[in-house]
Amino acid sequence: MIDVLYFAWVRERIGLPKERIETQAATVADLVEELKAREERYALAFSDLSALRVAVDQDLTDFDAPLAGAREVAFFPPMTGG
Amino acid sequence: MDIRVQAAPFDFGAEAGAFAEGHTQAGAIVTFTGVVRGDDSLTRMEIEHYPGMTERALEKIAGQAMDRWALADCLVIHRHGPMVPGEAIMMVATAARHRADAFAAAEFLMDYLKSRAPFWKKEYREGAEDWVAAKDADEAALGRWDGD
Repeated sequence: MIDVLYFAWVRERIGLPKERIETQAATVADLVEELKAREERYALAFSDLSALRVAVDQDLTDFDAPLAGAREVAFFPPMTGG
Repeated sequence: MDIRVQAAPFDFGAEAGAFAEGHTQAGAIVTFTGVVRGDDSLTRMEIEHYPGMTERALEKIAGQAMDRWALADCLVIHRHGPMVPGEAIMMVATAARHRADAFAAAEFLMDYLKSRAPFWKKEYREGAEDWVAAKDADEAALGRWDGD
């Protein structure tokens, strides 16, 4: 089981901030493919990965990052702090 | 190193004063504060963040600044939640023996927390709400800190 979090317009498009998912995905990219296959709203949110950033266990990483042992994955647009 | 992530407003003058008073041996104090820009149609702004990761990211960025420059200390305050034009969003302060270190570290903190700390701004105007898009220039600004 892994917690998947969504922020900003990704959260709005998918319609929820967080969900717990049963997955065997080996990498973030594999998890994205599983999510896209679920429902149209996921396919829409993940249609352009270049517009998204990902964090695994609260560290920024890449879509090819492994998920072995990960507790939490978060998807969000590029950050706009400051 | 003092990192604060909060919804509540802060008093920039009081924070800057207290920071300076805490570092009377430093010689140079630099502060920056970001304010919600007054724009004719903007009614409010909302900042979303990723609790937990936000604090981790800010501590990492501030730690890098402390390692890289001869700083006595640094302070980062960043708000989340709703705010209106004219309200302070965030501030950084740096204390060092010499101004070059204090200025450079403050700029580094600003560049990194704009695009490496998990905050997202949403702007509300009459009948419209839009997520602020990250600028290519903000990402490019990080490049100047590479390799030296």
